Amino acid sequence: MEITFLLNGETMRVTAQPTTTLLDWLRNGRGLCGTKEGCNEGDCGACTVMVTDDSGAKALNACILFLPQLHGKAVRTVEGIAAPDGTLHPVQQAMIDHHGSQCGFCTPGFIAAMATAHLAGRTDHDDVLAGNLCRCTGYAPIIRAAKAAEAQPSPDWMQDTPPAVETVPYAPETLDALAAFYAANPDAVIVAGATDVGLWVTKQLRDLPKPLFLHRCTDLQQVEVTDDALHFGATVTMTAVLDVLRDHHPSYAELVRRYGSDQVRNAATIGGNIANGSPIGDNPPALIALGAQLHLRRGDALREMPIEAFFLDYGKQNRQPGELVTGVTLPRHAPDLRCYKISKRFDQDISAVCGCFNISVVEGVVASARIAFGGMSGIPARATTVEQALIGQPWTQATVDVAAGSFSDDFTPLSDMRASAAYRLEVAQNLLHRYFAQSQGQAANVLEVSA
Amino acid sequence: MSVAKPLPHDAAHLHVTGAARYIDDIPTPAGTLHLVFGLSDVAKGMITAIDLAAVRAAPGVVAVLTAADLPFANDVSPSVHDEPLLATGEVHYLGQPLFLVVADSHLAARKAARLGKVDIAAQTSILTIDEALAAESRFEDGPRIWTKGDVEGALATAPRRITGQITMGGQEHFYLEGQAALALPQEGGDMVVQSSTQHPTEIQHKVADALGLPMHAVRCEVRRMGGGFGGKESQGNALAVACAVAARLTGRPCKMRYDRDDDMMITGKRHDFRITYDVGVDEDGRLLAVDFVQMTRCGWALDLSLPVADRAMLHADNAYHLPATRITSHRLKTNTQSATAFRGFGGPQGVLGIERVMDHVAAELGLDPVVVRQRNFYAPMADGGLSAPHGAAHLPPEDISARKMEAQTTPYHMPVTDFILHGLAERLLETSDYHARRAAIARWNDGQPVLKRGIAFSPVKFGISFTLSHLNQAGALVHVYQDGSVHMNHGGTEMGQGLFQKVAQVAASRFGIDVAAVKITATDTAKVPNTSATAASSGSDLNGMAVANACDTIRDRIAACLAQLHQARIEDVHFADGHVHVGGDVMTFAKAAQTAYFQRVSLSATGFYKTPGLSWDRIKGEGTPFFYFAQGAAVTEVVIDALTGENRILRTDLLHDAGASLNPALDIGQVEGAYVQGAGWLTTEELVWDAKGRLRTHAPATYKIPACSDRPDVFNVALWDQPNPAQTIYRSKAVGEPPFMLGISAFLALSAAVQACGPHYPDLQAPATSEEVLRAIHRSRG
Repeated sequence: MEITFLLNGETMRVTAQPTTTLLDWLRNGRGLCGTKEGCNEGDCGACTVMVTDDSGAKALNACILFLPQLHGKAVRTVEGIAAPDGTLHPVQQAMIDHHGSQCGFCTPGFIAAMATAHLAGRTDHDDVLAGNLCRCTGYAPIIRAAKAAEAQPSPDWMQDTPPAVETVPYAPETLDALAAFYAANPDAVIVAGATDVGLWVTKQLRDLPKPLFLHRCTDLQQVEVTDDALHFGATVTMTAVLDVLRDHHPSYAELVRRYGSDQVRNAATIGGNIANGSPIGDNPPALIALGAQLHLRRGDALREMPIEAFFLDYGKQNRQPGELVTGVTLPRHAPDLRCYKISKRFDQDISAVCGCFNISVVEGVVASARIAFGGMSGIPARATTVEQALIGQPWTQATVDVAAGSFSDDFTPLSDMRASAAYRLEVAQNLLHRYFAQSQGQAANVLEVSA
Repeated sequence: MSVAKPLPHDAAHLHVTGAARYIDDIPTPAGTLHLVFGLSDVAKGMITAIDLAAVRAAPGVVAVLTAADLPFANDVSPSVHDEPLLATGEVHYLGQPLFLVVADSHLAARKAARLGKVDIAAQTSILTIDEALAAESRFEDGPRIWTKGDVEGALATAPRRITGQITMGGQEHFYLEGQAALALPQEGGDMVVQSSTQHPTEIQHKVADALGLPMHAVRCEVRRMGGGFGGKESQGNALAVACAVAARLTGRPCKMRYDRDDDMMITGKRHDFRITYDVGVDEDGRLLAVDFVQMTRCGWALDLSLPVADRAMLHADNAYHLPATRITSHRLKTNTQSATAFRGFGGPQGVLGIERVMDHVAAELGLDPVVVRQRNFYAPMADGGLSAPHGAAHLPPEDISARKMEAQTTPYHMPVTDFILHGLAERLLETSDYHARRAAIARWNDGQPVLKRGIAFSPVKFGISFTLSHLNQAGALVHVYQDGSVHMNHGGTEMGQGLFQKVAQVAASRFGIDVAAVKITATDTAKVPNTSATAASSGSDLNGMAVANACDTIRDRIAACLAQLHQARIEDVHFADGHVHVGGDVMTFAKAAQTAYFQRVSLSATGFYKTPGLSWDRIKGEGTPFFYFAQGAAVTEVVIDALTGENRILRTDLLHDAGASLNPALDIGQVEGAYVQGAGWLTTEELVWDAKGRLRTHAPATYKIPACSDRPDVFNVALWDQPNPAQTIYRSKAVGEPPFMLGISAFLALSAAVQACGPHYPDLQAPATSEEVLRAIHRSRG
């Protein structure tokens, strides 16, 4: 495939296999070894680079970023973060001054993430760096460095302008072209953010004989906000989703803040998180609780369905060969929605249980209830028995106590390395108790406590 | 003087610009080959057939090796030759290397390795402590048992008796740079190996054995590691040997780096432990007798498990005087990864055992756990700090016989003469406002049905020295060039801890020059031979002294030369501020070096150091295994959610004893990082094996080390900064491992928070994941 992009300000025209990752190409192809491989699955951030496209500069994991995804973008690696004359970027100097590196192996990834955030004026350092693991420092000196660099301007050389490029066959630029191609080539593998497909290649060592890249299709990147609905195109990144949700669904936004990491959210798409059908994706429970509608298209044929109808069984979705998920529509207002993510680690961890509750109470009585969970069965699913046990009942502790007992009718969870079946079931019940407690004004979130 | 300055890490500029080279970054000659192991997918069995035809036929494959293809020693064990590089018929764990693929790219080798067909007749595996105990599957003939005093009698007559058990999981090192090695064949069959290792001499040794060569034919070089933490003390042997053997067979350079999943499946981790305790106490919480049984899964091969298990026994007392003690240690052999060194080397497990006892005793007696701990502390060091336990020959004579008579002894009969935790604890409790906060937390908890906070204090007293006494030696090689620049080399390795900078500061101080004039060079077995692993926190103690010794040799030669030229006394030659003062004359250090050169004075010297005063019988459990004790203390506050068990650290205050710090910035970095790593061990870091012996947590997607937001919101870290009474380099103390155990305070704070949920002792087990915290809450409620 022919790919054109900027690397540290220099135009690259590369012919490469579609599954060549940026990381391997940098290290093996260009001899740029500053960017490190720590895990090769997007979980450690040692390979973080800055990628600029029309929507701005973002930190991405180079290990699960295929070269074709860079067509029309600009890449800046740690080698391009200091000035050509060697002048250090403010975050680099601050990391030296505040002893932010010890073994130094994670440091280039931290520098790339910090410099990208610095360019955007971000000061939410814990969120910026949630996807960068450091085993030596305990992070404290890194955060001191990030704070110290806040006040200094971003250097001029950090401004990248993505190159104008020609249309390429592997990445259609309109939805019509994309839908037509996919209907005609239903064996193509769709690559949106590659946060999942990337691992097929780097861990399962699969080839992708017929990849279809979505990143040039702007039709799928649209966000529409109407009086009563939000619509996300399928390839809206989770970063963009998070920005919108903050204004409309703060609890869902908090869930997404803990979804992956900044690097992962910058790549991952909401459509990808739905379409891959994972039982532990974090968007589906929230979208089910909201009563979202999913939009699909095969050639010129359009379909839509309640999102829970999309998930048929483990590994099986209501999607025909050659059919694309094109977007999702959800209510703009849902003041009763609360989303809970339970995982071993708060940030950048896959949920053991993800529970989303949307219970409305009118004059003390439960008027409606939509409760959906991930991690509790082979698909994201509603707790219909619990819902029925609540609807029409007074919103009281007694009602909640009774209803919580019905979770075992709705779910038979499994044990795995993330949690036991017993814990999952108990936590599902207790999350209903948490929802009730919070509805009564009771503090029930350890993230809201400080010393 | 250069020492005691908070200078940055010597490679900080290289780190932040991406210019610091690790093994996989070193430019390789054309034709370099790449290696990957094919792994066992059963935990125990016999190989009945190996079909590697598809592997050999895979694109890019140059060679495929099995045990039969190895020309000499098939062994990568650091101890008793029980660890073949490639399996020889018996398979001992799931993940064991069976064959070796040599290909023209890393990816080609990975793909080919998955094509191997190895038939293994599975046998019953031994995975758990209970299975190993039942099968008497252990290393050594039976348990090691050390006793002091009349344990049975003291237990029988104690006013209160408390029993319990704590399990604690292992820990994956998760060095960010995975294991890696590069072998470069030389003329005449010699081999140069670049390795990410804490132990270059062992790499040299194992490679020499594998090639049938004397050690002089093999050179190992290590500039830096991307993290080690003990995981690169022995676990790099396999890669280096594989590369060397493949390089010998193919005549081409060979490189091997583990993919992260392979790294976690193949390599050893921290030993998990189960410790039971039977304790006799008085009504004030003073321990009268303790009977510990420590059980640990060592995995399939011995590796370093004996000294690890010994060190767990050696730290069963932590900071407390135990009048009567029995410690029984079972070193169990299981069909799992061979557990290995990890920061603390068994010490953390031993310390957690006694800290759990303190927690349990305080809960049963209704006392503040801090008070119970203080009542059980060893007696304090006498005033003046001059009671150096060993060889303080130059110190003014003083009558310390009476003090020695009084010194309390450890369970292994070593007098504790340098105990400083009384004062250190008092200061930390004051600066952290412990007592007021504990009372405020109790009030807060009363009003909170869902959330509960806890606060806890824990101390550490960690013995410094290798318990295998002969390892307590180090060498150095120092050159002064005629322009006054200095080339410094020693046997220690740099894994991020800042050893190279600290030792460079020592060298600069000996010559009275700026540290920038000292070139730090890669550890190299051809420059300094017969080195010990950089381990046991000993790096700066041993290598700092060896470098000082080498520098002093050269300095004394320069001084003698200048004294003669200037008709001055040697005592009147001083090295300071980049200059040399000779009587009334002053010259630059460079001028002095040049003068000495013209006078035909050797400006190159080796240095050597061995730790004095050690004597240790590990079978009896008697003697003086340690030169001194490094100490410290922590106060941690946490909050838990009683509905889900979710928990996090809110505030941590640390006060740590680094002696007179060689570099306070680097030492504080060690303390902060060790604390977070220790807290991770006991909270989110959970290793899970399934019933077949497959490690299910073999990547960062499933194994969760602390992330950025897991560090304490409020994190106050300070050094005690008093000189070491023992004669260490500039009276500093070792700092690598001891503060790891400060993380135990986070676990104890969780226990305190859970205790606020109900009336019963919650019996919290480690790691205290959300799920375990919720289980403990149920136990607390009864």
